[in-house]
Amino acid sequence: MPNLKDLKNRIASVKSTRKITKAMQMVAAAKLRRAQDAAVAARPYADKMADVVNSLAASVEGSDTAPKLLAGTGSEQTHLLVVMTAERGLCGGFNSSIVKLARIHAGKLLAEGKTVKILTVGKKGREQLKRDLGDHLVAHVDLSEVKRVGYENAAEVANKVFDMFDAGEFDVATIFFNRFESVISQIPTATQVIPAVVPEDADADTLYDYEPSEEAILADLLPRAVTTQIFTALLENGASEQGARMSAMDNATRNAGDMIDRLTTEYNRSRQAAITKELIEIISGAEAL
Amino acid sequence: MADMLQFDLVSPERKLASGQARAVQIPGADGDLTAMPDHAPTITTLRPGVLVVEGENGEERYVVTGGFAEISPEATTVLAERAYPAAGDEARAALQGILEEVRGKAGAASGAEKDVFDKTADDLAKVIDGL
Repeated sequence: MPNLKDLKNRIASVKSTRKITKAMQMVAAAKLRRAQDAAVAARPYADKMADVVNSLAASVEGSDTAPKLLAGTGSEQTHLLVVMTAERGLCGGFNSSIVKLARIHAGKLLAEGKTVKILTVGKKGREQLKRDLGDHLVAHVDLSEVKRVGYENAAEVANKVFDMFDAGEFDVATIFFNRFESVISQIPTATQVIPAVVPEDADADTLYDYEPSEEAILADLLPRAVTTQIFTALLENGASEQGARMSAMDNATRNAGDMIDRLTTEYNRSRQAAITKELIEIISGAEAL
Repeated sequence: MADMLQFDLVSPERKLASGQARAVQIPGADGDLTAMPDHAPTITTLRPGVLVVEGENGEERYVVTGGFAEISPEATTVLAERAYPAAGDEARAALQGILEEVRGKAGAASGAEKDVFDKTADDLAKVIDGL
């Protein structure tokens, strides 16, 4: 039986852990609100951008002059996976679930004999992927200094992607991130961004005048559209991270509470047992006289 | 009678302005154009310049650095990469930055290309002076 002093120390240590997880949960809750607001505020731009690109793309699709970002390079040999994770841990399965999805995707591509290159955003994903896909990691974007993800951060990621695309280093790019569904559910998502995917039902029925030409606008717009997609993904990821951390810390706080209860019961039992033992000793000592 | 149009100015991070407007003057890539109600549907890219909105409460001016505008008979939506109220220092700094960049490019280019850059730089300098 553990002695009383040890139990007391355990209880004190679990109590201070609970304080920390509780504080982290509250911080995550506050940050989640901010992250969600940012995601909502960014939506009108992203929606409009997607609308315009889709309608333009539908009308340009199939023509020989379609930009490479839309039509692709004509090959599907080399794939770039942009894996976006958090810079910090202690957020439940948040990082692992993205990495898992990326890993499955990479495994499938490798089995098909394709070349896989991986660009990581966020430290945690890089650490996890280094173990088995270390040879495929080609670049990394560090956002650990960034307090609030802004459009410039997305542009930084996007520019890296465009540089590689222009240099002919890959044919297809897919981004991996967690879509924010609710505090308890974040859905790991893979979206192909290059070449752009035009939904089947996109039609060019609104007759727009284009200034300058359709293709010139599209060439100008597609990089922005890709950047916007990355930006949206980063924001969704930010909200998901805080949501995941909040529920993970909520669980941790509750578990710590349970543990304290259990330990306290054990402590009281031990104490009582010691008292009972002493009493028995006194009584049997007195009877022996 | 439709004498007003819905005007929205959005940046990737947030919606900057939204409301009813009589006319919106847009610095298009091929030249300025003014969108009024019942304008033909148009999509145009923007060049760095000043966006003038004639709204209900008078005229509002914004500096945009690039992006595009979608004009339909009822609404005009400007999607700007960066946009600032024209009166602020940020607007001037943003344009100044682009001006430096264009001048740098003009210095590196030659022939007809240089003329284009020089012209763009001159235009930009005028815009900055007019702020």
